[in-house]
Amino acid sequence: MAIEPRGTRPGRMLDPTRIMIYGVLIVAAVYYLLPLYVMIVTSMKGMPEIRLGNIFSPPVEVTFEPWVKAWDTACTGLYCEGLKVGFWNSVQILIPSVIISIMVASVNGYALANWRFRGSEVFFTILIFGSFIPYQVMLYPLVILTRELGIFGSLYAVILIHTIFGMPILTLLFRNYFASLPQELFKAGRVDGAGFWGIFLKIMVPMSLPIFVVAVILQVTGIWNDFLFGVIFAGTKNFPMTVQLNNIVNSTQGVKEYNVNMAATILTGAVPLLIYFLSGKYFVRGIAAGAVKG
Amino acid sequence: MDSARPNPYFRNLNAKAAAVPMVLTTLVVFVGCSIWTVVYSFSASRALPINEFVGFAQYDRLFSTSRWTKSVENIAVYGVTSLIFSLVVGFILAAFMDQKIRFENTFRTIYLYPFALSFIVTGLVWQWILNPTFGLQQVVRDLGWESFTFDLISGRDTVIYALLIAGIWQGTGFVMALMLAGLRGIDEDIWKASRVDGIPVWKTYLFVVIPMMRGVFITTLVIIASGIVRLYDLVVALTNGGPGIASEVPAKYVYDFMFARGNVGQALAASTVMLTTVLIILIPWVYLEYGKKKQG
Repeated sequence: MAIEPRGTRPGRMLDPTRIMIYGVLIVAAVYYLLPLYVMIVTSMKGMPEIRLGNIFSPPVEVTFEPWVKAWDTACTGLYCEGLKVGFWNSVQILIPSVIISIMVASVNGYALANWRFRGSEVFFTILIFGSFIPYQVMLYPLVILTRELGIFGSLYAVILIHTIFGMPILTLLFRNYFASLPQELFKAGRVDGAGFWGIFLKIMVPMSLPIFVVAVILQVTGIWNDFLFGVIFAGTKNFPMTVQLNNIVNSTQGVKEYNVNMAATILTGAVPLLIYFLSGKYFVRGIAAGAVKG
Repeated sequence: MDSARPNPYFRNLNAKAAAVPMVLTTLVVFVGCSIWTVVYSFSASRALPINEFVGFAQYDRLFSTSRWTKSVENIAVYGVTSLIFSLVVGFILAAFMDQKIRFENTFRTIYLYPFALSFIVTGLVWQWILNPTFGLQQVVRDLGWESFTFDLISGRDTVIYALLIAGIWQGTGFVMALMLAGLRGIDEDIWKASRVDGIPVWKTYLFVVIPMMRGVFITTLVIIASGIVRLYDLVVALTNGGPGIASEVPAKYVYDFMFARGNVGQALAASTVMLTTVLIILIPWVYLEYGKKKQG
């Protein structure tokens, strides 16, 4: 502290207002961290310790047995193959959904930003307001549609659904970003004879890495955390991790193993949490994009 | 592309091709599917949609079903409480974060991480913390307060608070982040001017800054409100609607009648009511936003 210049800092550390501010922030931080802490300590205790002890106390004997069980052998009521099945299903849903939805939305945002045509803004407006419609309103017709297409209850259906419902926010994100790039670049590309795809692939995409990162973060967390679309469209054998987690924890059969349940819960939360902690500001930018209108 | 007679319909052909997914999504899904649902909510559909139209019969039945009225009541209580709470707490946290504090990034990371989690994860963690046999209640009892009761999940009248605690835990950080962005957009000169005039900080917030942030508040309100209407996963994970029907919500009603009970007509009527609710939230907002643009 001695290195810092003296006297100029507006609030001194012992100012009562500052103490109050830090006090409130710290209390709130404890409330926010508590569930994460409880999840972790519970998942590392044995069942006897859970029955006798208190949910906040750290484990006396640290065990990773519940984690192994959650991953490998936990039962969903039907099968006892653990969460790993759901994990790989989620990966299978996630990768194509993220790639396809971002490809479609980025090209679409580029068309809206740089190649406006008659009616393009109308469709864009419907798209944005459409994102406020509760999914429940569109579920049944979408079930009929995917059934007619012959893909209901398969990975294709759930990928299609994620592409559709990811479109509003992603298009908004890309459209606003491309519109903020200097128009001279676009015009220079035109003068040099580049067409729609040439400008997109050679000028726009290389300049837009940050927004692609934001889009990937947004989609990976959103799709990984999805429950509703997975349970309806993916089909029983493709249930994503969230669905399987819920089936494991809320299955009514057998003795409840709270340590295994909490280990399973952490494992399901691990992917988005990891992305969140690694990405920091990009995540904030992604979620704030929905609030900033174009 | 270099045709001699430029036909307006063929201009920008690539852009139009690129917009095909958007056009299909808006026309087929957002407009088409919604209209289909509204239309068939007036039909006598049971296990499958049928073309026999019966007027408002499904709605009559819907609103005479105790499960539905309970769902509506729950979502109203949940919605109003969580909106007020998350806006107030979110704003206060953001205002505190804006006081040039140390470790701002650490605090922000902590407040926002629940938002990165699935509602299923949130629901299951809180189910465990609120567990009457092993959770918070038992911890306090073990400390010596034997009669302490904090059994929200098993009580018919209290289970809604369990949903609220979990929902607010997940969502307030998001509100805080939006509010903080709004506060950072306020001109520094406002603060200088109010300091020169000797106006207390809280008064500046209440009478100057908050009115200036009207737009941020309204947008946040619309985003959380339309999220609240579709509340589903959290309920499934935390309480599954129980005990009894005490924590049922409209989105769950739709799902259960559509896929588990084979009563499509009821589900469609219920989802039409949800759509109407969202429109009631959305239309004044659109009016405000677009009315402003026209004037400006």
